[in-house]
Amino acid sequence: MTTSNGDTPGYLELQDGSIFRGKLFGSRESTDGEVVFNTGMVGYVESLTDPSYRGQILTFTYPLIGNYGVCDRELFESGNVQVKGAVVSSLSEQCSHWEAVSSLDEFLGNEGITGIEGVDTRALTKHLRQKGTMLGRIVREDDDIGPFNVEDPSLKDLVSEVSPDKVRVTKGEGPRIALIDCGAKRSIERSLLERGCSVINVPYDHPFTDLEYDGVLISNGPGDPMMCRKTIANVKRLMEMDDPPPMAGICLGNQIMALAAGGSTYKLPFGHRSQNQPCKDLVTGRCVITSQNHGYAVETSSLPDGWREWYRNLNDSTVEGIRHETLPFMAVQFHPEASPGPTDASGFFDTFLEVVSNDR
Amino acid sequence: MIDKVMVLGSGGLKIGQAGEFDYSGSQALKALKEEGVETILVNPNIATVQTTKEMADRLYLQPVDASTVERILEKERPDGLLLGFGGQTALNVGVELHDSGVLKRYGVEVLGTPVDSIKDTEDRERFVNRLNEIGVRTARSRACSDTASAVEAASEIGYPVMVRVAFALGGLGSGICHNKRELELLVKKAFTIAPQVLVEEYLKGWKEVEYEVVRDAKGNCITVCNMENLDPMGIHTGESIVIAPSQTLSNREYHLLREVALRTVDHLGIVGECNIQYALSPDSMDYRVIEVNARLSRSSALASKATGYPLAYIAARLALGRTLEEIPNKVTGTTVAFFEPSLDYVVVKVPRWDLERFRGIEKEIGSQMKSVGEVMAIGRGFEEALQKALRMIGTGMHGLVLNRLEFDDIEYELSHPTPRRIFAAGEALRRGFTVDRVHELTGIDRWFIYGLRNIVRMESELPSLSSNMDEDILRRAKKLGFSDFQIAKASGIDMDEIRKMRKELGILPFVKQIDTLAAEYPAETNYLYLTYNAGENDIEPRAGAVMMLGSGSYRIGSSVEFDWCCVTGVQTLQKEGYRTIMVNCNPETVSTDYDICDRLYFEELTFERVMDIYEFEYPEGVVVSMGGQISNNLAPRLHRMGVRILGTSAEDIDRAEDRNKFSSLLDRLGIDQPDWIEARSLEEAARFAEKAGYPVMIRPSYVLSGAAMAVVFDRNTLESYLTRATEVDPANPVVVSKFIEDAKEIEFDAVAKDGEILVYSIGEHVENAGVHSGDATVVIPPQRLYVETIRRLKQASRAIARELNITGPFNIQYLAKENRLKVIECNLRASRTFPFASKVLRKNFIELAVRAMVAGDVSPVEGSSIDLDRVGVKAAQFSFSRLKGADPTMGVAMASTGEVGCIGTDMESTLLSALRSVGFRMKKRTALISTGPLSRKPEWLPVVRALREMGYELHATSGTARFMRMNGIETETLRWPNEKGKPNCLDHILEGRIGLVINIPKNNQEDELSNDYLIRRAAVDSNVPLLTDLKLAQRVISALRSNDLDDLPIPEWDEV
Repeated sequence: MTTSNGDTPGYLELQDGSIFRGKLFGSRESTDGEVVFNTGMVGYVESLTDPSYRGQILTFTYPLIGNYGVCDRELFESGNVQVKGAVVSSLSEQCSHWEAVSSLDEFLGNEGITGIEGVDTRALTKHLRQKGTMLGRIVREDDDIGPFNVEDPSLKDLVSEVSPDKVRVTKGEGPRIALIDCGAKRSIERSLLERGCSVINVPYDHPFTDLEYDGVLISNGPGDPMMCRKTIANVKRLMEMDDPPPMAGICLGNQIMALAAGGSTYKLPFGHRSQNQPCKDLVTGRCVITSQNHGYAVETSSLPDGWREWYRNLNDSTVEGIRHETLPFMAVQFHPEASPGPTDASGFFDTFLEVVSNDR
Repeated sequence: MIDKVMVLGSGGLKIGQAGEFDYSGSQALKALKEEGVETILVNPNIATVQTTKEMADRLYLQPVDASTVERILEKERPDGLLLGFGGQTALNVGVELHDSGVLKRYGVEVLGTPVDSIKDTEDRERFVNRLNEIGVRTARSRACSDTASAVEAASEIGYPVMVRVAFALGGLGSGICHNKRELELLVKKAFTIAPQVLVEEYLKGWKEVEYEVVRDAKGNCITVCNMENLDPMGIHTGESIVIAPSQTLSNREYHLLREVALRTVDHLGIVGECNIQYALSPDSMDYRVIEVNARLSRSSALASKATGYPLAYIAARLALGRTLEEIPNKVTGTTVAFFEPSLDYVVVKVPRWDLERFRGIEKEIGSQMKSVGEVMAIGRGFEEALQKALRMIGTGMHGLVLNRLEFDDIEYELSHPTPRRIFAAGEALRRGFTVDRVHELTGIDRWFIYGLRNIVRMESELPSLSSNMDEDILRRAKKLGFSDFQIAKASGIDMDEIRKMRKELGILPFVKQIDTLAAEYPAETNYLYLTYNAGENDIEPRAGAVMMLGSGSYRIGSSVEFDWCCVTGVQTLQKEGYRTIMVNCNPETVSTDYDICDRLYFEELTFERVMDIYEFEYPEGVVVSMGGQISNNLAPRLHRMGVRILGTSAEDIDRAEDRNKFSSLLDRLGIDQPDWIEARSLEEAARFAEKAGYPVMIRPSYVLSGAAMAVVFDRNTLESYLTRATEVDPANPVVVSKFIEDAKEIEFDAVAKDGEILVYSIGEHVENAGVHSGDATVVIPPQRLYVETIRRLKQASRAIARELNITGPFNIQYLAKENRLKVIECNLRASRTFPFASKVLRKNFIELAVRAMVAGDVSPVEGSSIDLDRVGVKAAQFSFSRLKGADPTMGVAMASTGEVGCIGTDMESTLLSALRSVGFRMKKRTALISTGPLSRKPEWLPVVRALREMGYELHATSGTARFMRMNGIETETLRWPNEKGKPNCLDHILEGRIGLVINIPKNNQEDELSNDYLIRRAAVDSNVPLLTDLKLAQRVISALRSNDLDDLPIPEWDEV
């Protein structure tokens, strides 16, 4: 149904029966997923194309979305839109920016992704914060969609959906970094290339035989880390080598490394999805503001011998990074590649590459 | 170990440096107290919250200048000094004391950002070099110390160029020059106030963006807020409509500038808070850093209110060596100060100008600040917040559209920005201009113009409401920030009817919290706003509250004094056991600090919005008498809706406000008043003037241009005023009253309960009647009033208080001539002089007023208000130096932007302290005298003789010189500005040969570009003290005979 003025009324329905009415934009078809929120005030393009959001409906707490339109794909965090839906308070009908090639509405329409606008996103956010992240669906008012029956994306092997099929090499002058791509944001690769590395993108389940590299970086990715059994096993094998390569992890990569080392992870009540997460480097005492997007965290007490907590979240004291005391293993829960978000933690790449160089 | 810290305030409110420093200073004092540090405050601004005795341990109501502060340092010997909380004034004084070795001599450490870092940000050449060191781009520019090098730099960079003045507040003296001639003119003037100018590339059409940055001594650094100017480069950020957070920046741009901010601030070694301003290219990733302000600023006050992050409080604690991760986030209570607020709303700031008050002033706005205040609106949509803000500025606008404004040349209005430009943009869209065209003419980013167009389009939909009440249209209109008044005006439906229908349809605004983290963490915040772009309330109403209405934007005539009243009022209510609800919309205030009250609604002070809040909270009552005229004016309508007004009843307020009712009341009480009529035609006005005798005073009900009030001395000026400056017809009557010359003016401030006066104060004006009470120099207690006059004052005031059955504060202005009293005004609310009277008399008038309203038993205050061992003098702070072209005289319309008040043990030295506090400092003992019409010259003889006896070198214009010579006083004759040949008085002033200018206007309505005007303007532009009033000049010269202006007593609060 589309009203005379071109609106398509619809609603967001949550697992607990809550309804938030609004009107649909983008492809204007019903959709479902896990409903999460992000509190960043800029960066909707980066977030929508971030593979870590695979299977999720993303709520923006910032009320005005679409102001600067959508830029060229070159600047995306992956080849496609990754979210299953978007929830906003107010969608900017017109956009204005020198980099914009289309409006957000047009873009999501072309990509086949539905959004809903006119929602009190603050009310929705408070609801999710209190009740925890939950499943939901965006429904066209006239869609006879039947009882609530949404598949929980965290039970799926989402990483296999977003990981590439084959190895891809981008040459540089510096060290060769094998990037285990579990749905890597492109900015991770960009950060490595800017620092002169050769980047070898490998699928999440690559066995690491017949591969020449100087260091390994395990990327971010969607879903429950426990689902990444193959990757965990491979990483564990690499770690247990006599002369293990320098290894680093970002976000999901951090969780995979913890699991590979024998630690455990758990699901956070409503995750960290924002650009203002304060983290403290427990070694230097220095604090940084970080960009984050994760629903799971490493259990502090589970860290095996030889590992220590590296970064800690100043808001809720969760683990934000781990490091091995003697071996060249390090990982962070936040996104040092930023995009969207602050660039304070970009030094992580330098720290890692220094270890790689020393190891060579 | 830092045990004792001195905080420097910013003095009287002036353009470019206003109430925001009361907020930041108050926060600093609070932080220092929490750290257990003893505090000393130096600030002569007696109307502020920070100069309330409980705020600092030791309080000096003294001028903030290097020599005075040096003497206070010598006396107090603090360990540390905070320079960042008193604007540019405090910063400059601190740097001067550092450079002259004074701080070292007394072992005083500058806390927070080190002086070297401050200098890096203040000296343009050093600044550019420091930023070059880390590859941060700055505008191509050259620092110049003389005109020739400025001209050379400009031709190298290419016209147009931007000229900035170093070490100046609010862009004083800055401007854009299109050619050599303009450059030479501007630079010449600039060098009279500063040793250095900066000639810069002019980044026309670039976006202007600011970040507020906080850094601790360990190097932890965050940006608390970014803000985007709606008006592009070329319009000072203080003159721009500003939105937070930025709206048109992509993630890459936002974080590019953020990263540059952190890198720059770290490199400069800032400790505490600073502001960094950028120009950002509208079509590439190119940027320039424009400036860094290494102190709290207007923007930081705005950012604090926009985010809920208390920048000044945090900065003060960081200055004592704390780190960001040690300090808790006061809003959430569960997180720490090391984080960056995430907003789930937008705020729009709109400046408030009062340019129409000044004759001769340039109406265009640009790189210099002219605005006198600002408001901030919060919403969940740009259109909503903008329309709210445009109502909040209190200039009679109802939002973007549906205002009583006329535009002749719309393209000119768009390309030559004035305070009306935003409305002109709306009008242009209404007339069918495309978004692109408006963008081309204004340089405003299209995104904002799309928003304006949404509003304009809605306006065109509204008339259809008259045929059917379409719920969808109504709802969408409210989401776009339309008021009921606007909807009523556009649809022709009665406003009350709109409200009723809205309520029936359930179209109501929702209450939302500001929690710094966009609801990510639970927060018990009491910081609230209303929006239609929502679906649920964040909070529940709570019983037992009293609602206090604030004063809105600072403006000429209503300023920080009412904020003191509101804050004191709220504190008293809390002491009396009430929960408090504060409503205000001015980000520069202490009353909008959410720590002050139980619930803060950062909202419009309109009838509609106050009722929205009232109907949500159902408080026990509303206080309307603390926020000045804005809140007072709401009383009758609120009362009609059944709102309980605390204190004097709405009917009695109306009996005082309504001229006719009040006049017959006075007649009945046998109290005299100047003759007056309400004239509905020019003839009627003229007939009255003939009968009563000239001069007469005119108060129009509707002002076209020029001053709101005027005194006219003959029929010609009466006619020209009534045709030029205002309309007079049956629909727009003017009040014409007899103007009494050579009368004294007296302020009677008091508090009553059930008609009985509990406390009073009598303030004597130094100047004769004819100078607006806000511009006058006021003395408490009176020094030169007859005992008989005082007795009659009290009798008349008592009778009025009884008749109006006053409960709460009130103020009556009297004229006195030969013991005869006439009432000229009566306000049943707190007045401008309440903080001054309270602080001089040491009796808190507001506390008493609030208790009179809510407490059962309140008894009159003991102790005399006349026989005191101390005296207080209040002096007006003018901002003429910023108001290019304005005639710096005092008249019946108020022109000052602020005030100071000093307390001492004798009248003369205290008067000089007060004047020194507003910048009265003489560089030379030379005076230029021109004393107006011949009839008034004899009065000046004693003054001029006294100057001569004190050894002043005297210069005079021809007539005055001749008269003085006839009376045996030799002066050097200087030619009038329009006379050819030398020596000319203008050259003398501009070349710095004159230390004091005495110039008396011939009357209050002289031609705009007269000789006298040029002399006065030259004095102001050259920073030379100017006296334009005989009575004040007499007192000043007499005081100078027995006091050294550079060595005045510096008593602490408890020492007088």
